[in-house]
Amino acid sequence: MNSRIGLIASNTFREAVRDRVLYNLIAFALLMSGAAILVGQISIDIERLVVINLGLTAVSLFGIVIAIFIGIGLVSKEIERRTLYTVLSRPVRRWEFIAGKFMGLAGTLVVNAFFMAIGVFAALLYVSHHFQASDRWLLVALYFIILQFLIITSLALFFSSFSSPLMAAVFAFALFVIGTFAEDLRGFGAMAKGVVRWLATGAAYLVPNFSALNVISSVAHQRPVSGQLILYNTAYALIYTLMAVCGAVLIFERRNLK
Amino acid sequence: MKASRQTTLIASILLVACLGGSVLLLRGLDRVRSGATLEEVLYVPSPQALKRMSLGYDGLLADIYWTRAVQYFGTKFHAGAEHYDLLAPLLEITTNLDPHLIVAYQYGGNFLAPKPPHGAGMPQRAIQLMEYGIRNNPDDWHLYYQLGFIYYMDLKDYGHAADAFARGSRVPNAHPWLKLLSGFMAERAGDINTARMMWTTTFETTYDKSIKANAAAHLRALQVDEDVTKLEGAVARYKERSGHLPSSFGDLTAAGMLRGTPRDPLGNLYKLTSDGRVELQSPDDFPFVEKGTPPGYVPPRVPKLLPTD
Repeated sequence: MNSRIGLIASNTFREAVRDRVLYNLIAFALLMSGAAILVGQISIDIERLVVINLGLTAVSLFGIVIAIFIGIGLVSKEIERRTLYTVLSRPVRRWEFIAGKFMGLAGTLVVNAFFMAIGVFAALLYVSHHFQASDRWLLVALYFIILQFLIITSLALFFSSFSSPLMAAVFAFALFVIGTFAEDLRGFGAMAKGVVRWLATGAAYLVPNFSALNVISSVAHQRPVSGQLILYNTAYALIYTLMAVCGAVLIFERRNLK
Repeated sequence: MKASRQTTLIASILLVACLGGSVLLLRGLDRVRSGATLEEVLYVPSPQALKRMSLGYDGLLADIYWTRAVQYFGTKFHAGAEHYDLLAPLLEITTNLDPHLIVAYQYGGNFLAPKPPHGAGMPQRAIQLMEYGIRNNPDDWHLYYQLGFIYYMDLKDYGHAADAFARGSRVPNAHPWLKLLSGFMAERAGDINTARMMWTTTFETTYDKSIKANAAAHLRALQVDEDVTKLEGAVARYKERSGHLPSSFGDLTAAGMLRGTPRDPLGNLYKLTSDGRVELQSPDDFPFVEKGTPPGYVPPRVPKLLPTD
């Protein structure tokens, strides 16, 4: 990797840590330990199910919120503090700045997810006293959650490259919600007729497909995830992320920073 | 070329390529995950739990589940499926999320009750759905009509059908035929005229083109069944009198047993076979017929419903 991108990425990571982003882990730890103790007392035979559903959902939501709220400030904060001018006055290209920022935040989210995953497995061990072979699918679900983070981070970065932080947050969150129902949107398109059909289908293919990346319910019921799905989801998430980052680079390249 | 221009060019090319790639991958994902969204219903502990989880956006969620139910039924129906395992849960979730979504009861009953390949073959679940709909919408006469219709058509339970029509007839602004239907059920439920009245009511009271077309097809089928019964009766009487089968409908006309050449409801001539049977020229145009088809006839997997206008 380009060393300049690496430097910007590591700075972004350090900044996120300094901003106490990883403090969310405390809230997560409290949630998981509380849930593990509580479900052990009130549930009948669904302790594992509750812990997996709650744990993975929390990992996903905590990460999405962090990705959106940090992602939208990645560019605007640097402009506000005028540190962007210092960076760009050095031999750093604008696309390198965007790529570095993206990788820094993605790295933060991966580290964050790693610690939360440890929390989920610890809670699971507490309620069921042992791991099962099917628990390996939880790793796939966590991997898909990380792929979601990559997409949402790239989208937050894309929107922050041309709009205010508030609007960027609204756009990114709206796309997350719409993307969760992307398959239904394609279903609406298939049922419509004429121009509406084309418009709905076009929109459905343009919004990110988060529904395919959510296998939490499935793995909670110990159902395996096919290798084909892992392959397709990986390729899709990486390509969609690259597309959004390219969009951010295109806009940022032409943006007047004076 | 300036570095900035080069970046713009590369980023533009990558963006377009990624857009195309993401569409292709999504199509692949759809193949890998066909039906996965619908299977979510298997993980929903109860419709009430889902309602609570919807955080007040239950109307929107009901619309989404209703669309899923329609898509699920449509896909299965066109594939000629024999099993519709997720249909009842999808409809129950939809109507629990929005108990006033009348269309879900009306279509849901039509999807659930008829035997495959015309429906899911679950009349009892359809009745549960309709009773739930009536409890939540006691002033909508359509639901009572639909309930009576299921008892009559799919279960041949004329007593319960009469009761449903009678309950519906007491609802303000109910269709006047409900009272008649209730009486008909008690007196002559198996009569072809009762069936004709049922389908005529459906035809006249719906604004939906597909339901109208379905009712029209049933009405045509009833007409064909009645015509074939009468014509084959005439053929039998002719044979009794003359000792041999008529060679054409002209023989029956000449013998004064028939007025003119008989035509089916679409205007095509009926066929008289050498063994004295009466057949339709294009049986595929008449789904739901019980008579008038050649021996060993297999109807199309998806019934051919002709437009009503």
